[in-house]
Amino acid sequence: MIVVDVVVGRGAFWLEAEFQSEAGLIGLFGPSGSGKTTLIHLIAGILRPARGRIEIDGATLFDSARNIEMPVHRRRVGLVYQDSLLFPHLSVRQNLLFGHFFTPRAERRIPYQSLIETLGISALLDRRPGTLSGGERQRVALARALLASPRILLMDEPLASLDFDRKLEIIGLIERLRDEYRIPIVYVSHAIEEVSRLAGYVVVLRAGKVVGAGPPSEALSQMNRATHADRFDVVSIVDCQVAGFDAQFEITTLRHPAGAILVGGHVGPAGKFVRVVIGATDVAIATSPPADLSIRTMLPGEVATIHSETGAVCIVDVALQGGGRLAASVTRLAVSELELAPGARVYALIKAVAIDERPFHSR
Amino acid sequence: MFSLSQDEWIAIGLSLRIATVATLVSLPVGIATALLLARARFPGKSLIEGLVHLPLVLPPVVTGFSLLLLFGRRGPIGSILADMGIVLAFRWTGAVLAAAVMAFPLMVRAIRLSIEAIDPRLEAAAGTLGANRFWTFLLVTLPLATPGISVGAVLAFAKALGEFGATITFVSNIPGETQTISAAIYSLMQTPGGDFPALRLTIIATAIALAALVVSELLQRRAVARVSGLA
Repeated sequence: MIVVDVVVGRGAFWLEAEFQSEAGLIGLFGPSGSGKTTLIHLIAGILRPARGRIEIDGATLFDSARNIEMPVHRRRVGLVYQDSLLFPHLSVRQNLLFGHFFTPRAERRIPYQSLIETLGISALLDRRPGTLSGGERQRVALARALLASPRILLMDEPLASLDFDRKLEIIGLIERLRDEYRIPIVYVSHAIEEVSRLAGYVVVLRAGKVVGAGPPSEALSQMNRATHADRFDVVSIVDCQVAGFDAQFEITTLRHPAGAILVGGHVGPAGKFVRVVIGATDVAIATSPPADLSIRTMLPGEVATIHSETGAVCIVDVALQGGGRLAASVTRLAVSELELAPGARVYALIKAVAIDERPFHSR
Repeated sequence: MFSLSQDEWIAIGLSLRIATVATLVSLPVGIATALLLARARFPGKSLIEGLVHLPLVLPPVVTGFSLLLLFGRRGPIGSILADMGIVLAFRWTGAVLAAAVMAFPLMVRAIRLSIEAIDPRLEAAAGTLGANRFWTFLLVTLPLATPGISVGAVLAFAKALGEFGATITFVSNIPGETQTISAAIYSLMQTPGGDFPALRLTIIATAIALAALVVSELLQRRAVARVSGLA
């Protein structure tokens, strides 16, 4: 259980954040400058809140009302940055043992050998950090943080500097660590796919304020709708389950209460739960089921709200039959000609090829 | 023609001893001062900064005379030290003090630049891994500052080796006690027929300084490779 309720001013920037969650991985999501890293530094104790309270699993790290401020080196928070920050003058082994050394014997609960095997870094122990590749560095940084047996793992854009394949590899590892060692993780990212895949709870920050919090399919889908955000930033997160795989056409069918969602490629075994990220610009709206169309995915629903009364583009929020929301970005012209209004019965059409199936592949 | 006289050997030995002791004694103070100037924020910081750099801009004679006023037998600090049996004025230990004071700004500057180049997030990372400030300094800041520390030490050594103005003002030019290579060259130049021995000492002084720079370059290369995480 993580409780964060803090206020801090940094020059003209004010951060006010309050959330609590039991989730194994909390995603902190928001554009750059929204205060994600500041929040991480407050939890780590590198910055001090003007007032507030920070608790992790019953331990109070900070409480201005009770005058409690635990120093950084006693907080036992593992910190993983985008640029790993390995100690350049130490070998990989010495880096790994750094936190381990400072952890009281009774508190050491991460087995060294099995961790470095899980992370696949046994062969790197005698190397110097400067000779490692980006992916190797991040795995070592992850191991170093975990070997200090932290109360919580704080990850600040840990994958931002990696290419796609390395990213997938490490996402798989983070999922394993999350489940295997049961250390709560706060994960900062502005990549919606990462957050939606990993997080059980998402806190959305914008300009120092929490503008959404909850399970990913709610928190991430709510955002950007009403704001004047770029239409390419508007996405929907849809929870589904793998129904089956058509080997002849290499198509996976995902089951959703509103109907089947088709995705190219093999996504996983039948029954697997997956979260699909669908961009609003990849969704079209029809008022009757169209025939003679290449799009195979048609989900019935009802228009919930239509955002933006001016400009060329509208975001139409569709409440899908059986639950869930789907945002479609369409022209205002189309809204007018189809006479779309809240309550209208519509079909949301999704191009299968627009859904990125690659994030599901690792492991 | 290159056999050195007894006095010349003594002057060389004394110079090396004074420069070495001055460097070693001022190193811990230099590192502490550099750390303070690089990382701490406190009122009066610019005053400390000015004080450290003062010997760089003052005429050496002024520095030497100030040392004499402060550390002479009747000076405010010198009289206390004299009660403890420590006399600096006109002793080789006084030459160490003069050399250390003159070399101090160069040393602090090199170390400070090196500390300022360290990513403070590395120190924060050490903190999150459980290291308190002392351990963080010992295991992270200090080793990462080694390029600056080695450069600072060599610069200070070279400066101490050649120090003349403050030294001669504070501790005079006593053969066997405070007569360094520089002071010996100066004396020889005042003596008829001293030109050639002065030239010999000049060549030796140049060789020692050059050797120090070469050693510094080698140390520097190793330290930089280490700090960059490559070797």
